[in-house]
Amino acid sequence: MSKILIKNGRIIDPVNQLDEIGCLLIADGKIMAVDSQPGDFAADTTIDAAGQIVCPGFVDLSVRLREPGHTQKGTILSETRAALSAGVTSLCLPPDTQPVIDTPTVVEFIKDRAERADYPQIYSIGALTQRLAGNELSAMFALKQAGCIAVSNASAPLGNLLILRRAMEYASSHGLLLMFRANEAALSGKGCAHEGAVASRYGLPGIPEAAESIALAQCLELAELTGCRVHISQISCKQSVIKLQQAKKYGLNVTADVAIHQLHLTENDITPFDSNYHVMPPLRSAIDRQYLREGLCNGTIDAICSDHQPHDLDAKLGAFPETAPGIASLETLLPLCLELTRQHRISLSQAIASLTSKPAQILGLAAGSLTPGHKADVCIFDPQATWQVTQDSWHSSGSNTPYWQQTLTGRVTHTVQAGKLVYRLTDAS
Amino acid sequence: MSRHIQLTEQGRLKHFLTIEGLDKPLLTEILDTAESFAGMSEHQVKKVPLLRGKTIVNLFFENSTRTRTTFELAATRLSADVLSMDIATSATSKGESLLDTIHNLEAMHVDMFVVRHAVSGAAHFIAQHTAPHISVINAGDGQHAHPTQAMLDMFTIRQHKKQFAGLKVAIVGDILHSRVARSQILALNALGVAEVRVIAPKTLLPAHVKSMGVTPLHDMDAGLEDVDVIIMLRLQKERMNSAFLPSESEFFRCFGLTEAKLKRAKPDAIVMHPGPINRGVEIASSVADGPQSVILQQVSNGVAVRMAIMSMALSGQGGAA
Repeated sequence: MSKILIKNGRIIDPVNQLDEIGCLLIADGKIMAVDSQPGDFAADTTIDAAGQIVCPGFVDLSVRLREPGHTQKGTILSETRAALSAGVTSLCLPPDTQPVIDTPTVVEFIKDRAERADYPQIYSIGALTQRLAGNELSAMFALKQAGCIAVSNASAPLGNLLILRRAMEYASSHGLLLMFRANEAALSGKGCAHEGAVASRYGLPGIPEAAESIALAQCLELAELTGCRVHISQISCKQSVIKLQQAKKYGLNVTADVAIHQLHLTENDITPFDSNYHVMPPLRSAIDRQYLREGLCNGTIDAICSDHQPHDLDAKLGAFPETAPGIASLETLLPLCLELTRQHRISLSQAIASLTSKPAQILGLAAGSLTPGHKADVCIFDPQATWQVTQDSWHSSGSNTPYWQQTLTGRVTHTVQAGKLVYRLTDAS
Repeated sequence: MSRHIQLTEQGRLKHFLTIEGLDKPLLTEILDTAESFAGMSEHQVKKVPLLRGKTIVNLFFENSTRTRTTFELAATRLSADVLSMDIATSATSKGESLLDTIHNLEAMHVDMFVVRHAVSGAAHFIAQHTAPHISVINAGDGQHAHPTQAMLDMFTIRQHKKQFAGLKVAIVGDILHSRVARSQILALNALGVAEVRVIAPKTLLPAHVKSMGVTPLHDMDAGLEDVDVIIMLRLQKERMNSAFLPSESEFFRCFGLTEAKLKRAKPDAIVMHPGPINRGVEIASSVADGPQSVILQQVSNGVAVRMAIMSMALSGQGGAA
């Protein structure tokens, strides 16, 4: 195993309250030390990170790799390349693959594909119900034994509240985290956009905030009742932030994340009928975005995820309501987080924590920090580098992003996964 | 993608997809041009050679005999060659994608698509992906827009009221599902009427209807007070099945236009309806057939207005005169 020295970089490690220029020493796949001087460390590889930021590798709570089952949209190979180029060293794969992650066999298949040293760590999320159909519990214990880190029904609805209650009781019996996408299907119906001014004007079927906040409130009540550890995935609106804040204040052990695009885009950004803005939950109002940003600042929202959903061209080629929702968002994750810090909405250390230590804590992983002795997952990025989102700079199979052709600031230059340099930015920009 | 996809760089009409983004001078030009065509239907020879040699394809992914017929007539009177395709029962049901259908027709060197589709945004999508020389006219897309219908309604209003300034207009009924209402609201506001009221129960109003520049009201008697124009909308029967309304009779009781309710409006108020009408559901027969009804004039005006829009769109692209 090689020895890597990263020197002259600004090392930011929120868990260890570290923010200083120094050297990061990596050996045997682990963080050896953070020091002001390399001393007599005999590195095989030395990275000069002057002017750059060195932080823990990102832990992304929701990344669709599209394999197995939807390889026309992306593969484990293509999307893990995208992840590493984005500084993501650990990621959670939601269970809505094809076949669904509801048996150990599927978990094993993904492991077989992914267990290479230069892949990010992939954590499968097991299906909460069989085939995600919402009615019968999955074999959660077997899924956990096979390596599932949590259970979730992804965006598929549950049959009724009793199923959710039983699922919580059963999941918590096995110490499994339940990840929950709050959506009351009867209220969201066939909606494809936020039920606001824009949907009203364009005649698009709307999804009210209440579709999310009602489901969220029910979930929190049942979490209280059952004692299940619940994580709310990808919240999008003001009422969800308020309800979460109350629950946390009351002492409920609940966490939540937000997809990065919800912190930037609103319904008003939707270019008429541009399917790249079609995403679930939908882009909401400016007020909702304000609450999400504040929720992130005050800790109501714990983590930021990419909610990466690459699509093939055909999936996005059609009239807006008929296209598939989702944004290929891994590679814009860092620049968009940095944009939040430039707007002074969040500190740099907070932004990095919400991408690293916070999601790691949610999952109970010893990742997301530069603590000596821990696995060396490291991201080095240039906060000033500008780059254009084009085919040449892009790794994901999906080019479905509203940021296509735009120039963004902040770029990952190196990614170290388990002590191995697995990504290095090569192009001149 | 430009927000003004339907205009050329010179600000001329290229496509006609929505009223949004079109200003008063352009809308007025459409109305003036339509007026020059309106007298034609009384002539012995009903044709002008403006679009001779042009090929127009009516692409109806959703059936509508009435709208399709007026588009066919309009194109024929402009001397264009017209092909009407009822896609609802042909290509796409064989699994061909919307875009493949479009590209196949493009290969036959057409100049204009007139599109009706059940999904909001379909006409925009086709305009964005079709060959650059082809104009797209939106003949109704989902719940989004039906701009030619709105313009023929504006034409009819102008015939009777001469000008838009100062007018109070009430649109009554299922606004939520109505592409016609959305286009009418945009057109009325762009042309500068004094007030647009929308009258319906909350179940049939878009959530943020106020942001569209209208006054929402739930009481018909108060809503019709002193208005110059009443536009009734068609109520689809299936609204009863998904808890939008209890029954047709209750709807008629609250929001149906009767002679008694009509008395609330100005004595010279006109009554409009985009058709086809449901007698006894949204409008009483005595009003639909009464002296203040201009419903059949709307139908006649449809041809002239569509002639105007088609000829302007094809000249905007530097084709015909």
